[in-house]
Amino acid sequence: MSLAEAHVGNGFVISRLWTEKRYRSIFFQIIALALLIALIFFIVNNTIANLQALGVSYGFRFLAQPSNYDINQHLIAYDSTSTHGRAAIVGLLNTGLVAVCGIILATILGFTFGVLRLSNNWVMSRIVYVYIEATRNVPVLLQILLWHGTILNLPTAKNAIVFFSGTFFLSNRGLTVPGPLPEPGFQAVPIVFLIAVVGAIVFTRWAKRVQDETGRIYPVFLINTVAIIGLPVLTFLVTGTPLSWEIAEMGRFNLAGGVTLRPEFMALWLALSFYTAAFIAEVVRAGIQSVSEGQTEAAYSLGLRPGRTTRMIIVPQALRVIVPPLTSQYLNLTKNSSLAIAIGYMDITATLGGITLNQTGQAMEAVMLLMAVYLSFSLLTSLFMNWYNHHTKLVER
Amino acid sequence: MTDAPYQVGQHPDLPPPPSTTGVIGWMRNNLFSSWANALLTIASVLLIYGLATSLYKWGFANADFQGASRNDCTSGGACWALINVRFGQFIYGFYPESQRWRVNLTFIGFLVALWPLLFTGAPARKQLLWYAGVYPILAFVLLLGGFGIEKVETAKFGGFMLTLVIGVTGIAVSLPLGIMLALGRRSDMIFIRAICVGFIEFIRGVPLITLLFVASTLLSFFLPPGTSFDLLLRVLIMVTLFSSAYIAEVVRGGLQAIPVGQQEAANSLGLGYWKTMYLIILPQALKISIPGIVNSFIGLFKDTTLVAIIGLLDPLGIGRAALADTKWQGLAGEVYVFVAILFFIFSFSMSRYSLYLEKKLHVGHES
Amino acid sequence: MKKTIGILAAVTSATALSLGATAGTLDDVRAKGHIQCGVSTGVPGFGFTDDAGNWQGFDPSVCQAVAAAVFGDTSKVKYTPTTGKTRFEALKSGEIDMLARNTTWTFSRDVDLGLTFVGVNYYDGQGFIGRKSLGISSAKELDGASVCIQTGTTTELNLADFFRINGLSYEPVPIETNEEARTNYVADRCDVYTTDASGLAATRSTFDDPDAHVVYPEIISKEPLGPLVRQGDDQWADVVRWTLNVMINAEEYGVSSANVDDLKGGSDNPEINRMLGSEGNLNEMIGLDKDWAYNIIKQVGNYGEVFERFLGANTPIGLERGLNALYTDGGLLYAPPMR
Repeated sequence: MSLAEAHVGNGFVISRLWTEKRYRSIFFQIIALALLIALIFFIVNNTIANLQALGVSYGFRFLAQPSNYDINQHLIAYDSTSTHGRAAIVGLLNTGLVAVCGIILATILGFTFGVLRLSNNWVMSRIVYVYIEATRNVPVLLQILLWHGTILNLPTAKNAIVFFSGTFFLSNRGLTVPGPLPEPGFQAVPIVFLIAVVGAIVFTRWAKRVQDETGRIYPVFLINTVAIIGLPVLTFLVTGTPLSWEIAEMGRFNLAGGVTLRPEFMALWLALSFYTAAFIAEVVRAGIQSVSEGQTEAAYSLGLRPGRTTRMIIVPQALRVIVPPLTSQYLNLTKNSSLAIAIGYMDITATLGGITLNQTGQAMEAVMLLMAVYLSFSLLTSLFMNWYNHHTKLVER
Repeated sequence: MTDAPYQVGQHPDLPPPPSTTGVIGWMRNNLFSSWANALLTIASVLLIYGLATSLYKWGFANADFQGASRNDCTSGGACWALINVRFGQFIYGFYPESQRWRVNLTFIGFLVALWPLLFTGAPARKQLLWYAGVYPILAFVLLLGGFGIEKVETAKFGGFMLTLVIGVTGIAVSLPLGIMLALGRRSDMIFIRAICVGFIEFIRGVPLITLLFVASTLLSFFLPPGTSFDLLLRVLIMVTLFSSAYIAEVVRGGLQAIPVGQQEAANSLGLGYWKTMYLIILPQALKISIPGIVNSFIGLFKDTTLVAIIGLLDPLGIGRAALADTKWQGLAGEVYVFVAILFFIFSFSMSRYSLYLEKKLHVGHES
Repeated sequence: MKKTIGILAAVTSATALSLGATAGTLDDVRAKGHIQCGVSTGVPGFGFTDDAGNWQGFDPSVCQAVAAAVFGDTSKVKYTPTTGKTRFEALKSGEIDMLARNTTWTFSRDVDLGLTFVGVNYYDGQGFIGRKSLGISSAKELDGASVCIQTGTTTELNLADFFRINGLSYEPVPIETNEEARTNYVADRCDVYTTDASGLAATRSTFDDPDAHVVYPEIISKEPLGPLVRQGDDQWADVVRWTLNVMINAEEYGVSSANVDDLKGGSDNPEINRMLGSEGNLNEMIGLDKDWAYNIIKQVGNYGEVFERFLGANTPIGLERGLNALYTDGGLLYAPPMR
């Protein structure tokens, strides 16, 4: 302030910078900018000085060097001669896998529990209530560890629980299911499936236009379902079922063949799904309760049948309330999957942020890359959210 | 009754049919309203019974509560002797045994400071609020020592006490920070808004564990060469930044709920930005946000378990260290269940409180 | 505005202060009155907390010995539990003064990471433990097995090399802590568990039926474990290095915590006299008290005593001296002379 008073005699009064509205915002923004630049400069400067003092090499070259370690679950080809970069991608795919599987299961469970919570069966509603409260109030890390411990207590591989006449094996080495072995001619099935999906989209648009113009309603949902599921199945049968199943057999140590869901994957998947499902259940409950009774009554009085009322009146309105918190739950699930490191599931935090970081010592680069990956997940989700909010915004006329 | 002809006039109310009232009626309505419902009820009762008995057998009937090592646990159930022997560590970490009264005192002081904040009906609220303002300094001195009290370094902090220290400090410091961020995000100044949005979205976009990696491995690189400070302090900084971003979003929700007319009215009275915020907008916005803030506190509280991954000894870390002792190996289940119960008690009571608040605030709005 | 300037001033002065404090680790340690020592979060025998919450074990003993040398008081150590991930960063950033956490001395760690290994306090090698019921006698028969490994170490690299060289397939099951790895192995999640042979013995000792498990003869790597310090502070490195050497030499010369008081006044062995300070001025060369070596031996013990206390035959871990015997007994321990 004293600085400003000293300049009062001059033509320009410095204090106008923060007392007058038109200058004030620019003035403060310049200060903020200056502080931010100073902070960044401070950090970068220190980092460089520290790295130089330690004689540590810096850069992302390590990503091209061989990793020298093995990863048990890799969706793409990988062995210990592959690079650290490839190891990171393997981890990224594993993160994606557990996130997608988790989101699917959590959604199914969450919607089921949310509906059951509103059920008029008192015992059921109470059980779900206890489940929701117990799950929501215990740290997810502990739940992952508990699930992992539970799975480890299953019978050993040699005494595996066998079901579906010797094709499925459940043990503490995981769940082994028959692996699909496509034979020549199988390619037709996914192609037909794609064609069916495209056809369904086109048909839906056409049916909507017809309805807008003439009021005629086609059973769009039924036809589309039949097309998308039926056509590939038909193709599969016509081409002579060109798919065989590889059933696992007990080898010397492990079950050989088939597809195995490892215990680490299962523990993480189940723990994240059940944890997130508790939150989703509350979201769903709030969503359903947010649609007032009058909406149903109004729909009935217009002569809509109960099924159509639910589909066309209740669900769209409930979804507007449900989807935004639901997406943020999906994002939470993806971020929580980074806790895989506690039980040894090889997600990106365990490969890039774990073994690679330890072996190369490039902590700075590895952690930054890791953050960038999660950040891009989050930004993609935000973009979707913004689009959805815009799309379903209440239009007041 | 049937014989008597109906007479116009007053009749005593007949009781409702016995099948719709009392226990039986309630059960008919809520448990056995249809065949499917009845089956569901029976199945779930059986399920609960099975779970409860096996848990009871493991946790109580066949459990051992006394003993000096795992070999003393012979009954086949849970071995709570580990928890029994190391209970002090689970609560206080490695805080010197002779000094643990200080932790207790801090905790009691914390409850007293919390009282006027949580319950508006507390007596002598004004004085207590003053006390709540001074409390952080008191707690700091009590826990760390100085001023004639024996000093205790933060490496000795651990157990549930560490959880509380991280959780409470995190939320208390992040609250003002979060409010500033929320205001910044709604500001007209484009650049300030950009900084705030960038910060909030960055923090919310990455998992806490990566931020803790930064605290444990990278933060010292960002400071002038040779500076190094306490790991706990670094973790506190990161946890505070983390939770401030979430608080900011909660507060922003509160701000958005305030009708724009309030702002316009304040402006037309000639109030400046800060006065408008301080006197008009924030009191209303914060009131709406309190349940959300409590919820993010619960979230933060649960997330503190992650510090075990970077080597701080929260209850989970203490448990893991105990399991490394050859005397106690193999008792992971007991440790996890115990820590889970510990967290559940705290989180659940807080979520109950948040519900109570929501109800109270709701009533306040309608009257 | 005034506040901002105040904060800036405070930051600047704090920076100046901290810059002034990097004279040398020994001086820093003396100034703050304790040694900050990085240890593991728990490896049976090598580092663990007892029921009273004190750090004990083979590795913390090295820190205690350094504290005895510098302060004459083993209690002037503060411990920082570190994980495989945080240990090197903690040392590099100056958070800890030394790291004693079964860490393998390798070229890249020594050269590239900016660290200095001061010696070897345990010669180890990676091995495998498996159930006898598997009916195999060699790790080379492990084709198709599931292998539990502790991550954050050189173990996973050795393992990958071993299986690749021998053309075997396997399923690695990476686990963060020793305890978790043990739990997984006991539950039969893995067929074998691999870690340093010392760790295998320690882990095996905790099984309900140790005789049902067998350690395979293949040792697939060299794992010299030792304490380390930051690169570039030779004086401090010397202090830690020679603390370790005093412990080893003391055993060789037959000086133990039991007889060190008698020998302190002087003996017929000039090596002992120089070490304990009755002859020469070794302490001045390294910049420590005259009784530095005496304090180490008196308060912590010689190498053999420490080994027997935490790892030896009378402990649940029950390790043989093996490679860690003195060179005079056919081992590898050979400390440079005290002159």
